[in-house]
Amino acid sequence: MTKTITDVICPFCGTLCDDIEVTVSDDGKKLLEVANACVIGTEKFLHSQSTDRVTKPRIRQEDGSWKTISYEEAADYTAKALAKAKKPLMYGWSSTNCEAQSVGNEIAEIAKACCDNTAAVCHGTTLIAVQDIGLPTCTLGEIKNRADRIIFWGCNPAHAHPRHMSRYSIFPRGFFTGKGQMSRKMIVVDPRCTDTARMADVHLQVEQGRDYELLNALRVAFKGEWLPDVVAGIPAEKIREAADLMKSGRFGIIFFGMGVTQSLSKNHNIDIAIAVTKDLNEYTKFSIMPMRGHYNVTGSGEVFAWQFGFPYSVDLTRGFARYNPGDSSSIDLLKRGEVDMMFTIGSDPGAHFPISAVRAIAKVDSVCIDPHITPTSGVSKLHVPVAFNGVECGGNCYRMDNVPIDCRKVVEPPEGMMTDLDFLTMVCTRLKKLKGAA
Amino acid sequence: MDTVTITMKNAPALYLEADTISPDAFAGKSAAQIAELPVFEGNNPSTLGKYFEVTGNAGATAADTRIVVKGDVKRVKYIGFRMTAGEIVIEGSADQYVGGWMKGGKITVRGNVDAFAATAMKGGEMVIEGNAGNYLGAAYRGDWRGMSGGKILVKGNAGSDVGMYMLGGEIVINGNCDVHVMTHAEGGRVIIRGNAASKLGGQMVEGDIYVFGSIDVMMPGFKPVDEVELTVDGTKAKFAHFIGDTGERHKKKKGVVVYGNLYKKI
Repeated sequence: MTKTITDVICPFCGTLCDDIEVTVSDDGKKLLEVANACVIGTEKFLHSQSTDRVTKPRIRQEDGSWKTISYEEAADYTAKALAKAKKPLMYGWSSTNCEAQSVGNEIAEIAKACCDNTAAVCHGTTLIAVQDIGLPTCTLGEIKNRADRIIFWGCNPAHAHPRHMSRYSIFPRGFFTGKGQMSRKMIVVDPRCTDTARMADVHLQVEQGRDYELLNALRVAFKGEWLPDVVAGIPAEKIREAADLMKSGRFGIIFFGMGVTQSLSKNHNIDIAIAVTKDLNEYTKFSIMPMRGHYNVTGSGEVFAWQFGFPYSVDLTRGFARYNPGDSSSIDLLKRGEVDMMFTIGSDPGAHFPISAVRAIAKVDSVCIDPHITPTSGVSKLHVPVAFNGVECGGNCYRMDNVPIDCRKVVEPPEGMMTDLDFLTMVCTRLKKLKGAA
Repeated sequence: MDTVTITMKNAPALYLEADTISPDAFAGKSAAQIAELPVFEGNNPSTLGKYFEVTGNAGATAADTRIVVKGDVKRVKYIGFRMTAGEIVIEGSADQYVGGWMKGGKITVRGNVDAFAATAMKGGEMVIEGNAGNYLGAAYRGDWRGMSGGKILVKGNAGSDVGMYMLGGEIVINGNCDVHVMTHAEGGRVIIRGNAASKLGGQMVEGDIYVFGSIDVMMPGFKPVDEVELTVDGTKAKFAHFIGDTGERHKKKKGVVVYGNLYKKI
C-alpha cells in the first residue's frame, strides 16, 4: 500500500508551489511519485531517494582521500575551525529553513564572522537598491487576481520558475482577471529571444548592458520629454508605445531577474526600475518584484535583517553588524584573500563563484554542509551531509513575495542522518564552550 | 608641523582595519603611545605597533601633525578615517576607505587607492597620483549623502560610481572614468579630462559634469540645449551643453526648473 500526501511545498525555487502531491510507501521511508511539480521540483524530491547518497560526514585526509567520521567529530572540527579563525565567512543559507538560519546567525555572532547568503551572486543588488529608494511591491495573490500588465525584465520564468506563469502571473483566472491570459498584456525585455519572450505581446529586445538607458527612456517617455531616435537598440516610438501600454493598465507588475541584477549597472538597474514603478503609480497601480531563485533565499534575507539589520553580506568581525557589499560581500572577501575559514551551507559557491574565489576556498579551512556532492564539497576539507529540507524535514521558508510558508516533511531521511538545525545546534553548543560564551 | 613616520614591518596575513591612522588620533601622542593605538585584523584586536614601526612624535593638535606612511599598505583599510586637519602622505598604494568621512586636512597618495575612497567626504583635499577604485566620493551603502565638500584630484583613472549621491565639492579625474558618474547627485561637480564610458548623470537631480574626452553612450534623459564657452579647471574650451536627467524629479528655483548639467568638449 502507498499513501498520498497533498498540499506539499516544493523546496526548489522562490515560487514555493504549495500544491504538490507526493506518494510515499506505507512506512513513510520511500518516496515513490511526485505530482503537480515542475520537472526541476520533481527531480529535487526524487533525488533524495538516490542510492549513492553520502550519509555520514567525511573529512579530507593528507593524501586527498575522504575518511568517514561521526557527526560529533564533524561538529568538533567545525567549532574549532570557527573559533580559531580571525575572519571566517559563513555563506549560503538559501536552501535551508529559517530555524537553521537563526542558529547559524547565533554561531556567526559568537565566532565574529562574516555572513552572507546567495543573494551575493543573485538579487543582492536588488537589496542595495531597495535600501536606496524603497520597494513598492505586493503579493503573488494580488497579481493573480488583479494584474493586467505583466512585465518580465531580464528573467526567463519559462525555464527558471516553470510554474510561475501558470500559478500567478499569466494564465490563472483571478477575481478581476476572469479571462486569464486574455485579460493580460505581457511585455518581455530581454536581449535574447527566450521562450518567455516568444509568448509576449511586446518584446523589447534591448541591447546587452543597456537596461539602465532603456528604463531611463521609459521615465522620460512618461513625462513626455525629448528622446533620442534610438535608445538601447529600440526606436523611441516603440518605447513611447510601451510606456503608454504600461500606463493604460489597471494594475501592473514588473518581475525582474539576473538579466538586470547581475549585468552592467547592477543595483542601478533595479534602482531606476523601482523609480519607473514609482512614476507609473501617478497613472495607475504598479508593483515590482524580484524573481528570487532559491526557495528560501528570501527567508535568509528576512532572518539576517531581523537579527542583524541587514539582508546579506553582514560583517560581524568587530562585534557589531556592518554592511557594505564590495567590502563585506563573499566573492570580494574570497578574491581579495580577506578570509581564513569558509563555512558553506545550503548552496554551491564552488559551482557559481568565479574560479579565483573558489581557489581561495580551497586554500583555507573549509566546511561544507550539503546533502549533495557538489563542486563546493569537492574543494572543502569537511563535508557534512544532512537531510533534505522540505523533503525529509520541515521548517519555515519565505516565498519570493515575502510570504512565509512552512514546508513539510514527507519522507524519513536515511537512518542516523541529522538535519541542518540539529547539526548547527551541536556546533553552536561546542563553540560556546570554546569561546566561554554563556 | 611635526612628522610621524609609520613603516610597515609585519604585513598582516589578512587585511588590517587601521582607522586610527589619522592626525586626529595621533595628535598629542608620542611615538610609543601611537604604537599602542588599536587596529583590527579580522576579529582580532591588536595595536598599530605590532604591524608598523613608528618614529617621531605627533604635534599637539591634528593640524600640527603630518603622517608619512611607508612600506606596503595595500592591505590596510581606513587610512585617514574621519580626519579633520593635518596631513597624511601615503608613499605607496592603499586599500579601501582612504579618507572616508574626512572633514579637513590633506591626503596625498603616491600610488593607487581601492574602492570607497573619500566616502561621504565633507571637506579637505585629496590627491591620488595613481588610479582610484570604485565609489570615489560616493555615499556609504544605503546613505543618500555622498561627498558634500572638499576637493579630490585623481591623476590616473577612476572606477565606476564616482560621486554617487554627491551633494557638493569637486572631483577632477585626469584620466578615464568607468560607468556611472554622479548617479542620484544633488550638487557638486565632476571633471573628467579623459574619456567617460556610459551612464553619466543617471537619476541626477542637480550638479555639473564636464567631459573633455569621449562618451561611449549618452543617457537618453540628457537633452542637448546649446553650446557654451567655459573655463574649466584652468582650460578654456567650447562645450556642448546637455540638461537632465529629464526623467528624474527636479526642484524649481524662482519658478525655473533646475536640471543637472553635462558639458562635453567639442
